[in-house]
Amino acid sequence: MRLTQGQFSFLPDLTDEEITKQVQYALDQGWAVAVEFTDDPHPRNSYWTMWGNPMFDLRDAKGVMMEIDACRTAHPEQYVKVLAFDSSYGFETVRMSYLINRPAVEPGFELLRSEGPGRRIGYTVRSYATGRPSGERYGGEARHGA
Amino acid sequence: MSDAADLLDPEATPETRDRPSDAPFVDLDALYRESGIGEMLEGMDHELVGLLPVKTRIREIAALLLVERARRSIGLRAEPPSLHMCFTGNPGTGKTTVARRMAGLLHGLGYIRRDHVVSVTRDDLVGQYIGHTAPKTKDVLKRAMGGVLFIDEAYYLYRPENERDYGQEAIEILLQVMEDNRDDLVVILAGYRDRMEVFFRSNPGMASRIAHHVDFPDYEAAELLEIARLMTEGMQYRLAPEAERAMADYILRRMAQPRFANARSIRNALDRARLRQANRLFEARGNAIAANDLLTIAEEDIRRSRVFTQ
Ligand SMILES: Nc1ncnc2c1ncn2[C@@H]1O[C@H](COP(=O)(O)OP(=O)(O)OP(=O)(O)O)[C@@H](O)[C@H]1O
Ligand SMILES: [Mg+2]
Repeated sequence: MRLTQGQFSFLPDLTDEEITKQVQYALDQGWAVAVEFTDDPHPRNSYWTMWGNPMFDLRDAKGVMMEIDACRTAHPEQYVKVLAFDSSYGFETVRMSYLINRPAVEPGFELLRSEGPGRRIGYTVRSYATGRPSGERYGGEARHGA
Repeated sequence: MSDAADLLDPEATPETRDRPSDAPFVDLDALYRESGIGEMLEGMDHELVGLLPVKTRIREIAALLLVERARRSIGLRAEPPSLHMCFTGNPGTGKTTVARRMAGLLHGLGYIRRDHVVSVTRDDLVGQYIGHTAPKTKDVLKRAMGGVLFIDEAYYLYRPENERDYGQEAIEILLQVMEDNRDDLVVILAGYRDRMEVFFRSNPGMASRIAHHVDFPDYEAAELLEIARLMTEGMQYRLAPEAERAMADYILRRMAQPRFANARSIRNALDRARLRQANRLFEARGNAIAANDLLTIAEEDIRRSRVFTQ
């Protein structure tokens, strides 16, 4: 199941050229660009791991692309996203957020039902991938203790 | 759209590129006018005194880049030339000033994407402990991407007396990027000639990646006087005619003294002349002061310099 989160996620995956243009757009607005990654694709997971600090002092997209490449190379089997922060309100506001890397195989989500009092049904989703410990969730990445 | 604009189109389709014969004439003059490079070179001629060899080299580079663009527009192969440079010259000969202008020029010629200079010295690149240098250097490189990276007094990166010096690490990262990211970055090294030569001798990799060595000559007395005129104008002052003569004397004497730093010595001399002028006006504050007095640097403001008593 192809994960859809953030901007552009119903489009085909962005090419490097397209990512460069989006990043340049953000920089031209004066926004800081950050790279984050995770192997927990749950839509409510808002705590992705930061790949370094947000880049506050760049003018050209190439500098960001270097970090994106480094992050993708280090975590080819994880989700990687690009964020753009706008500080013009006096605090950092997320203006852009889009995926730029995903695992080759995405097992998708299981729908869980739980029956409560009065036969009321509560629903939740659970990623099949998170059944395994972090770091071993996506095919071929069973590096730890294997 | 005019023919020239068509030729300029960087998105020309492969079909038009593959058939150079379709566009047998290239309007080089239109490319020149559109780049705005003419005005920039002219501005440089007005605002920078002397420096003929430097200006000539810059014109040559501009011509190379324009012709390269023209070649690309008719489908000829045009490898972007390497434009990493090294500026050598004595203190105050204008190296930093020209480097700052290079970004505007190279941007106007379409060689770099952004009109910015990131200016650094050893301390910005080299860390204090193991593992500190690479991230520092990379941060600087990320900031400079798309524009010009100016490394002042580059020889301090290399400290042969300490074999564990982290400067070598910074140099190696730089070498890699200068080779791999030619389209993204122009590196300009600057420093004094003799030390730069020593640096290149011990870092042949760096020497071979630098395509242009530009030497900044010392200024002649007449050029320094012209620089003094430009600077006073720039600061919205005026040299009284006798003050100008005093300035000419000052320059001749100062040139013969130790620690002479070309145009920088002139700037310093003018700063001190302003100080004396202000004091002179302040002491006479009982009388009304004409607007003209506020503008004018008088002969005595210059003659009272220590240079005339030594
Ligand atoms: N040709 C020139 N015309 C007008 N002003 C000049 C010229 N060359 C230098 N100056 C002025 O002289 C001062 C010193 O120049 P600059 O800092 O570029 O010298 P530098 O070669 O970098 O010196 P250093 O090697 O000591 O760093 C600056 O204020 C600059 O504006
Ligand atoms: Mg300098």
